[in-house]
Amino acid sequence: MTQRILALHLGLIGLLFVLQFVLPPYHHDNIARIMVMAAYAMGYNLMFGYTGLLSLGHAMFFAAGMYGMGLSMQHAGFAAEAALAVGITAGFGLALGVGLLALRTTGVAFMIVTLMFAQALFLAILYFGPFTRGDEGFVIPLSARIFAGLRLSDPTIRYFAALALFALVLLAMLWLIRHPVGRVLIAIRENEERTRMLGYDTWRHKLFAVTASGTISGTAGAVYGLLFGYVGASFAEVPYSIFPLLWVLLGGAGTLVGPFIGTLFMFYLIDLASGVTDAYMLVVGVALLLLTLFAPRGIMGMLRERWLPWLP
Amino acid sequence: MEFGPHLMLAVLEGLVQASVLTLTALGLSLVFGVMRVVNVAHGEFFMLGAVLAWWITSLLGGGAGLAFAAALVGAPLMVGAIAALADWLVLRRVAYDPERTIVATIGLLYIFQQITLMTFGPDARPVPPPFNTRLALPWFEWGEGGIALYWPWGLSITSYKLFVIAAAPVVLVALWLVMTRTRLGLVLRATRIDSETARAFAIPVEQVYALVFGIGAALAALGAVLVVPIRQAHYLMGADPLLLSFIVVIIGGLGSLRGTVLAAVLIGMSDGIISVFFTPTLAKIFATLVVAMVLVARPGGLFGERRT
Repeated sequence: MTQRILALHLGLIGLLFVLQFVLPPYHHDNIARIMVMAAYAMGYNLMFGYTGLLSLGHAMFFAAGMYGMGLSMQHAGFAAEAALAVGITAGFGLALGVGLLALRTTGVAFMIVTLMFAQALFLAILYFGPFTRGDEGFVIPLSARIFAGLRLSDPTIRYFAALALFALVLLAMLWLIRHPVGRVLIAIRENEERTRMLGYDTWRHKLFAVTASGTISGTAGAVYGLLFGYVGASFAEVPYSIFPLLWVLLGGAGTLVGPFIGTLFMFYLIDLASGVTDAYMLVVGVALLLLTLFAPRGIMGMLRERWLPWLP
Repeated sequence: MEFGPHLMLAVLEGLVQASVLTLTALGLSLVFGVMRVVNVAHGEFFMLGAVLAWWITSLLGGGAGLAFAAALVGAPLMVGAIAALADWLVLRRVAYDPERTIVATIGLLYIFQQITLMTFGPDARPVPPPFNTRLALPWFEWGEGGIALYWPWGLSITSYKLFVIAAAPVVLVALWLVMTRTRLGLVLRATRIDSETARAFAIPVEQVYALVFGIGAALAALGAVLVVPIRQAHYLMGADPLLLSFIVVIIGGLGSLRGTVLAAVLIGMSDGIISVFFTPTLAKIFATLVVAMVLVARPGGLFGERRT
């Protein structure tokens, strides 16, 4: 059992490692982006897929990480390593604060509260335009994108950095959901009332899920900014809260590799659509609708249901 | 301008805002109250109303008055039909599950928005107001011989804006009469209070839901038709009404129609007044945080009934 699971996930990481040497430049760049975004989606999945908390404002954590990293570089002259730490801390702090407040609500109210907090952060980024460069955002200079002596702007290094983040988050998630704490999170998703009756402090576990999820999302945001050299307010806007939901739904909520599969599919679908029309977000709308109507479990969820019951 | 006349101007702008917001938020509140689902695509129904109003008026051409009247009737009807169809095809099939409905209506949001982008295009387009006489307003002053009226420069309102301000109370009274005096209203109220029992009394709950979803969208569209001669039609115009309606419905108490109207007037007025004196971004940051904190403190909304 455990061997199969390890083989699948290490195999995926190995496959992505090999792909680095064979992919043409365009797809090479795409896969690097997809791996960072998949890390973001896995963070989202921890909350939505495993704990059953639907957030509509995850862009705020992604943006907190990205801006924490970017602003500390821009205004305080931090090196990449320190800036990354600031970004991760920003994601962690925001997630802890939002978790403490938003977890007082449940269901639809929780969704709206997260949406509103995210909107407030986005508007704040616009409002402090002189400091954050508002809508335009800012570019992180090539000279600043050096991490432990490695030039992150170099495609090969960038790919491996993205892979490192992806592998780290994937294996951490694998460890977490097999750990007793992860088991309690799944129990909360299935039946919170009953979990509480069994004597687990569900509130603390949910707070842990929100904080861990926000920290992973913040890390993904900070790494994205470092690797691709741009920090902008569009990453804090509503679509970037909807994207992880869509990726996770498509790939399969509550599965480990689902977020990656969903991100991969959706990224290329949007890529294809934007070659045809300006209205490429139409694809997002149709996909969301079809998924809720016909495949609420997503790709990996269906695989698990039919053929692979051992899939974590 | 002095402070007094300036404030009066802000209040009038606020009233226009409040009138449109009342209609839009009422639609959202009605849907939430009866169906217990949150419609994230509500802002897009507003946008569709404005775009269809442009389409109808430019198609008919001729006198602005007649074309506008056609839009005032036609656009809400068309939007209502689209919404009822969307309900029948989508929401009914996810069994009005609150979370899946939110995801599905996010899907609808992008579909409506992007189809409008593909057909209507990215430009903002104006609709001519049916009448637009500028009315100067007097202001009083304590002179040496008691109160003296005078006409300060810049203190004026157009007749069309007065029409918008008057429209909301008229629609409200009509809706109230329907809800309390007709058989349809009885059916709506019964479904709202307890859909299971309503079904047991042979009320076709699913058809009632489709109708309510249609009426909710039509109210948003009506608000949009009213506002489109003042602000232009644009495919991204749905975001602000959605946000403001959310705020109103939450402050007013989820599903409480009376609270919604009260909150709409309050928020519309203060939004209008605040944006005359302060920057709109700061006002919006403040408003979103207030909504979040209200929900955190009282999940049923400020004036809403407490539910467990």
